[in-house]
Amino acid sequence: MIIKGKVHKFSDNINTDDIIAAKYLVTTDEKELGKHCMENIAPGFSQKVNKGDIIVAGRNFGCGSSREHAPRALKGCGIAAVIARSFAGIFFRNAINIGLPFLESSDVDKINDGDSLEIDLSRGIIKNLSTNQEHRTQPFPQFLQEIIEQDGLMNWIRKR
Amino acid sequence: MPYTIAEKILMAHAGRAYRQAGKKDIKPGEFIEAKIDLALGNDITAPLAIEEFKKAGFKKVFDKKKIVLVPDHFAPAKDLKSANQCRILAEFAREHKIANYFEVGCMGIEHVLLPEKGLVLPGDLVIGADSHTCTYGALGSFATGVGSTDLARAFIDGKCWFKVGSTIKFIYQGKLNKWVGGKDLILYTIGNIGVDGALYKVMEFSGGVIRHLVMDDRFTMCNMAIEAGAITGIIEPDEVTLNYVSEVSKCQSVKVSRKKMAQLKSDKDACYERTYEWDISDLEPQVASPHLPSNVKPVSKLKEIGIDQVVIGSCTNGRISDLRIAAKILKGKKIKPGLRLIVIPATQKIYLEAVREGLAEIFVKAGGVFSTPTCGPCLGGHMGILTEGEVCLATTNRNFIGRMGHPKSFVYLSSPAVAAASAITGRITHPDEVI
Repeated sequence: MIIKGKVHKFSDNINTDDIIAAKYLVTTDEKELGKHCMENIAPGFSQKVNKGDIIVAGRNFGCGSSREHAPRALKGCGIAAVIARSFAGIFFRNAINIGLPFLESSDVDKINDGDSLEIDLSRGIIKNLSTNQEHRTQPFPQFLQEIIEQDGLMNWIRKR
Repeated sequence: MPYTIAEKILMAHAGRAYRQAGKKDIKPGEFIEAKIDLALGNDITAPLAIEEFKKAGFKKVFDKKKIVLVPDHFAPAKDLKSANQCRILAEFAREHKIANYFEVGCMGIEHVLLPEKGLVLPGDLVIGADSHTCTYGALGSFATGVGSTDLARAFIDGKCWFKVGSTIKFIYQGKLNKWVGGKDLILYTIGNIGVDGALYKVMEFSGGVIRHLVMDDRFTMCNMAIEAGAITGIIEPDEVTLNYVSEVSKCQSVKVSRKKMAQLKSDKDACYERTYEWDISDLEPQVASPHLPSNVKPVSKLKEIGIDQVVIGSCTNGRISDLRIAAKILKGKKIKPGLRLIVIPATQKIYLEAVREGLAEIFVKAGGVFSTPTCGPCLGGHMGILTEGEVCLATTNRNFIGRMGHPKSFVYLSSPAVAAASAITGRITHPDEVI
């Protein structure tokens, strides 16, 4: 799977309250959640995102609450993948379970806001089209690959 | 092979497939599937799980006795949309005959309610679609927060996937100062290791200080393990745990064997990723400043900070001993004029105890309000939202940007003792100053 999009850069410890504030957790509609994505820390973010764009962030992305509405809001506003130095545990499982592509990379500092990236998910390769750099990441373990290939946990369960 | 208590519990629940593959042990970093003893959802996370469960075409839950549904976040319903979310829980519970659905009136904050009802026991493997599910580690169970899809899957077959995390051991030695308790210990710990200091690890709390902590303080410590990025916090069960479990089991016909409890210990030569050992005899009450729970300083360094609101409650500090300590400080005193004090007992049982013991009267006479149980203001839901520029000192667990309302409001985190003392002076205050 190839993902191509523009980078929106964020810092360390982006928590799930940042991604979607609790007051919006009265709906399960991804599009509706997407409208308010990152509202507290980056007002107007959802309008800036073009479908297929990529978030690049620092350490501990998605820390805090277990709300699955957070990865769903990212999907809902058009984010196609998240690259971060590390991910918080529950966000990690939620992203796997709902099929939001993500990669861990120690090279996030070399990627700038606005860069154009091309990600080869299955090979774990990030190509920065703006700087002509290539970053390699660890592919997912077999168990997670299976869930990702089935487009999330519920499909994986159904097909077992 | 020697194991930690967390590894032992995971291994005991690891699936048949895992054992059939000839595997007898588990290693950090591995992915396993395990059978769970209990699956929890609330009015925010369960509606999404129920939607996924139905969408996938499933009609029957795996075990109606192992599912718990608690409308506590935006309940009693704060608006039309949250009323609808609560109704989704009620209807699902009715349809699937889920006995452990707690309607307003029986409802309490889930992580205080479940132990109180005897629903979690030492050695259990519990998942909850709420990050503070790690609270139950205080009972010597392996309890961790998951997402709504995980919960939907658990509804189907009672299983969950886990990445096995290594364990970090925290040893607390010395003697706690007056006004210093579980909240101060965990804030101090998070302040030391940072909000990702235990990322995807288990935090095992031990040492003489922990052995002397009452259950309420142990719950508070394990509750905030997630704020350091941990999968869970855990404390080996002992006599204190056994007494607590026996007490709650009286009315719930739950039996815990001493033999089982004795097995729930980390082996002497178990492998830890790291060990921290601290003498906390000089520790003063701790306060976390905006906007991270790791932004921790001793209370004496923050005494110039003025506050508009104090919240005493939540799954971290809404227990009876929390209310008792706050009432002890507020008894016969008035809060600072213009300040708002909001006290929220975590469950109906605690509410009644607080009324009977005269604590509710102390809070009201001091100028505070005494609310029905709810998570409410902790996550900026209702019952005490902050507007632009306002400052709150709360006994809750998170102080992220906009957590309690406006993105330009400020939340400090402390123990109930510091919160009560600060309500009197209107600025962050050491309890010694007012008593």
